Amino acid sequence: MKITADVGRCVGAGQCVLTEPALFDQSEDDGTVIVLVDEPEGVLLDHAREAVRVCPSQAISLSG
Amino acid sequence: MTEAVRIRPEQFPLTRECPFSPPEEYRGLRDEAPIAKVRLVDDKWAWAITRHEDVRAVLSDPRFSADRTHPDFPMLTRGGRLRQEGDEKPLISMDAPEHGPARRAVLGEFTVRRMEALRPRIQEIVDERIDAMLAGPRPADLVRELSLPVPSLVICELLGVPYTDHEFFQAHTTTMISRMSSAEDRQKAFEAVQSYLRDLIVVKEGDAGEEDLLGRQILKGREDGTYRREALVAMAFLLLLAGHETTANMISLGTIALLENPDQLALVKADPSKTLSAVEELLRYFTIVDAATARRATEDVELGGVTIRAGEGVLALGFAANRDPEAFENPDDLDVERGARHHVAFGFGAHQCLGQNLARMELQIVVDTLFRRVPELALAQPVEELLFKDEAAIYGVHSLPVTW
Ligand code: SF4
Repeated sequence: MKITADVGRCVGAGQCVLTEPALFDQSEDDGTVIVLVDEPEGVLLDHAREAVRVCPSQAISLSG
Repeated sequence: MTEAVRIRPEQFPLTRECPFSPPEEYRGLRDEAPIAKVRLVDDKWAWAITRHEDVRAVLSDPRFSADRTHPDFPMLTRGGRLRQEGDEKPLISMDAPEHGPARRAVLGEFTVRRMEALRPRIQEIVDERIDAMLAGPRPADLVRELSLPVPSLVICELLGVPYTDHEFFQAHTTTMISRMSSAEDRQKAFEAVQSYLRDLIVVKEGDAGEEDLLGRQILKGREDGTYRREALVAMAFLLLLAGHETTANMISLGTIALLENPDQLALVKADPSKTLSAVEELLRYFTIVDAATARRATEDVELGGVTIRAGEGVLALGFAANRDPEAFENPDDLDVERGARHHVAFGFGAHQCLGQNLARMELQIVVDTLFRRVPELALAQPVEELLFKDEAAIYGVHSLPVTW
């Protein structure tokens, strides 16, 4: 499963970073999402799913 | 459905009968008419949206405009919109494509990492306020000693607004958000705070530095050629207003709820790592800005079998959504171990609260520190006798006598 982030949609609420700081970060400049690990496995994959669920702008998705 | 639903004679917005529960009509609406026409204070009507799924759908759909300055935008207070000649739209009133860049200009200030860097200073502020409270007489008013000063000190320091002026803008912001204030008083309070901030920003323009948010925004705006004083006034106004009443009320209400649910408080005390999820649950449980997420449809939108027409007003009721049993099992129970992260207490979609991670951190630090340092904390007045802010756009409690 691969994480994709649509920076154009991201509203920088940081819900993803709160869910899993090992997978996501926010740009210092404009607060938008940065994906740190794009193919998470195991428990990180569960956390990625949770991040997709709580993201308020549907900016992150999992596919594959 | 063509006829508007008659709710209570006093009409929307509804007030809570019990401080811990949504207006009882919310349940009925959610069960029977989750997308229902309701009457507003000005006798116009709007669609009330009460299901979690629908609320999230509305708030993340760009066909619903957040522009509060539009004449068709659903009004929840009598007596017109707060406007001053030449003033700028605040972030909360902007739609795409204007909204994204404006939000991003200030978003870097509120990232999770930036907020984490503030943690030691917030901890210091909380400890100082608790020291002061413990040194004073019992009972103490928690609102005055802790709930208000903590977020107020934090937002003042972050923005670069002198805390010595807090009584001035605190009094005015209270007037502004109260539904009991006359339209004239609200307008006056609004203008007083606007011109206070404008004067402050004019001074800062003279020696803008990196040490506070307003200074950084001036420098950044000058660098990329986008600096506009009035835009910064509008931003400062929004952050100051939002930074004052919201977190303060959550601190007081959260304390009451934990004291009234000793089993839940015991869980948090036994394991401080639970504070994180406890804070999310408290945010969900109270949803203090329930009706702040009104919108206006800009196109016809199909939602749950109903056609919302272009121009019609919509109230995405966060409190109803946060008590939706489809989204939260036994939604009326306070359960600090529930994974409540998907609540909509901070809104949802493009406008989701900018300061949410600051609010989260303040709440976590307060909950941890207060019950660790004052383990015998107790209410000094029964809950039934407390005066709750039924008349305010942001729910809360006026004072909270506590003892230990
Ligand atoms: S949760 Fe969504 S909107 Fe928020 S920073 Fe992450 S990707 Fe962006």
